[in-house]
Amino acid sequence: MFVGYFTERPYQDPNSGYFGATGRSITDLTMSNASYNPKLGAHLYNRYLDEKIFAEEMGFDGLMLNEHHSTPFCMGGVMNLEAAILARITKRAKIVLLGNILPIWDDPLFLAEELAEIDMISRGRLVTGWVRGTGRESVAHNAVAPYNWERFQEAHDFIIDAWTRPGPFRWEGEHYQFRYVNPWSRPYQDPHPPIWIPGVMSRNTVAWAARQRYPYVMLATELEPTKQSYEYYTEVAKEEGYETGTQHRGYLFKVHVDETEKLADEAGRKFVQGPSNPFLEGNQGTVRPFIQNLPGLTQRNNLLPTIKSFAAAASRGRADQHKEAKEEEKKPVEPPKPRDTYIDQTEKYSIISGTPDTVIPRVRHVLETLRPGSIFFWDGDGAMSHEDSMRSLRLMGQEVIPAVREMAKELDLKSPFEVDPKTNKPVEDISSLEESATTASLAD
Amino acid sequence: MSESDLFVEKSLKLETGTISYLEAGNGPTVVCLHHSWGSVGAIRLHELLAQSYRLIVPDMPGWGASERPLWARDVRDISILCGHFINQLDTPQVHLIGFGFGGYVAAELAVMNSQILDSLTLIGAPGLFPREGEILDQMMFSHRQYVKESFVDEATFIEQFGEEPSQAIRDVWDHSREMTARVAWKPYFFNRRLEPMLANLKTNTLLIWGASDKVVPRSVAEQYLKQLPNSNLHVLPNAGHLLELEWPEKVETLISEHINLNI
Repeated sequence: MFVGYFTERPYQDPNSGYFGATGRSITDLTMSNASYNPKLGAHLYNRYLDEKIFAEEMGFDGLMLNEHHSTPFCMGGVMNLEAAILARITKRAKIVLLGNILPIWDDPLFLAEELAEIDMISRGRLVTGWVRGTGRESVAHNAVAPYNWERFQEAHDFIIDAWTRPGPFRWEGEHYQFRYVNPWSRPYQDPHPPIWIPGVMSRNTVAWAARQRYPYVMLATELEPTKQSYEYYTEVAKEEGYETGTQHRGYLFKVHVDETEKLADEAGRKFVQGPSNPFLEGNQGTVRPFIQNLPGLTQRNNLLPTIKSFAAAASRGRADQHKEAKEEEKKPVEPPKPRDTYIDQTEKYSIISGTPDTVIPRVRHVLETLRPGSIFFWDGDGAMSHEDSMRSLRLMGQEVIPAVREMAKELDLKSPFEVDPKTNKPVEDISSLEESATTASLAD
Repeated sequence: MSESDLFVEKSLKLETGTISYLEAGNGPTVVCLHHSWGSVGAIRLHELLAQSYRLIVPDMPGWGASERPLWARDVRDISILCGHFINQLDTPQVHLIGFGFGGYVAAELAVMNSQILDSLTLIGAPGLFPREGEILDQMMFSHRQYVKESFVDEATFIEQFGEEPSQAIRDVWDHSREMTARVAWKPYFFNRRLEPMLANLKTNTLLIWGASDKVVPRSVAEQYLKQLPNSNLHVLPNAGHLLELEWPEKVETLISEHINLNI
């Protein structure tokens, strides 16, 4: 079992007017950066890096970062820079990028170089992940929406070549052309860092990941549709002639641990407060459907079972298809605004918040239901303070992670670092974490 | 929006894909290129023009029922294909009319292939980087809102499309938006290489603009007027970007006068 830690790194400025319903528009991509305070930004970037260091000390195997642009809900516009800093200031944990938005890169050679440098500085601790991005990212960096999928695939193929094929060589693709590919930096890991693919809704991407035998990480989707999406991955794998295992499945979910149930309730509710994040279910942020659902970005009829979750569909500008999907099931359409979104989410395991005694059994339910080999606890988000995060991280380290490791043994949940997803054979050197830490200390 | 019985649905097979079009009337051949949001069939202006001319209204390659050239990446690609389409018609020259984005396609076609044109009419055409103002970016609006912005008043939008446009109309818009994005995402609705070349175009050109066009600024009309050696500009008062839907009779009169001067 691989246990990672994640937060969106929200830009928490209650004075901005973008912190909940203040009367100011909090619709995604309508908020002006005129309100941005770089001094607060400096404080927050350093806070989130400090929390990552503490997460490593508490025993997390991975520190996950993500990337969004032009928004207060995620400060990771230049995720690779944060990753490079973590590469130097942490010693053991994997640095998991879920993920770089390939189609918005006009120069994927630059990305290949950056990732190789991060892998070297961390001495082989990079796990790279690539996404297509929703419409908002195509708008923020002006990538041609209908070519999103083509660019994703070509950038992927190009980066793999740039990492593994001796240069110099020439690349004359449909979307990328380079007359001299010969990056003077290659990944520390051989042949290249592990590649995991995160996602929510695109069947194309799941099928593609399954064909490549890349682990697929479902991002905070509801349990049943997540299970069905894994099943789709397994179907494609069967067509490709291999069996899937826990090493192919990752899952990100919201977990907060606190000293008392009262504190857990107070902090857990902060998941749905703070900067308007349309990807945090129940948060007051909303998207503009026509931006999320840009022309040609994804195929209307090629969506995962997660379309049946209103929150997931709405955040992707797919509320109409959600309605259609629910009608097909002959079930009543879920109301878009639950009575108490926090309670609603705790009931369906979208948020798990409590003391270790109440959190551990609920985490077990998730593990038993989905059988993932890699999990990520999404915490410290919304309006949660540094103190909230630190209390939770400490208790995760002291009680939850050890319990999860025991469960994983019992349930036989193997991560991609224990069973190679490419071959389904045990990874011979499973002490890579310790080894890299040793190498680091020798060098330092 | 009624489709006249006069119009016949036809298609023309090019090696790059079949192009569908509507045809009606007799006389000098007039070809109309549609807006970025596609053709919704014959409109009142088409019916009026078909009384005096042989009118041809194609779905541009990639739009409507015409096959989508998946390789096309640029408005110029569409212009070249429209030129090939005109070349395949049984007439050496045509009078070309472009509405909005179709005007941009027509202008690109004209600078490459002016010998097939008897006259050119550009109506609210983008294609040039505006010296003043901005071309309204349809990608940052719901398409319903974008089309609504194209009229001077909302009542005309409702009259043309209803309070809620039908699923059929929305499907046309969806399909069209994707093709528009494929060839014109960036730069959005202009080509800095077009403006210098207009100076070489001798074709007599009529520019028609709505005085209240919120989609393509008037400065673009002035730029066309300045660059095109044989051009005239007519600005219709109380008209928006979709002035052919707002004032079909007035627009028909202007176009017919222009065509008749160039027969």
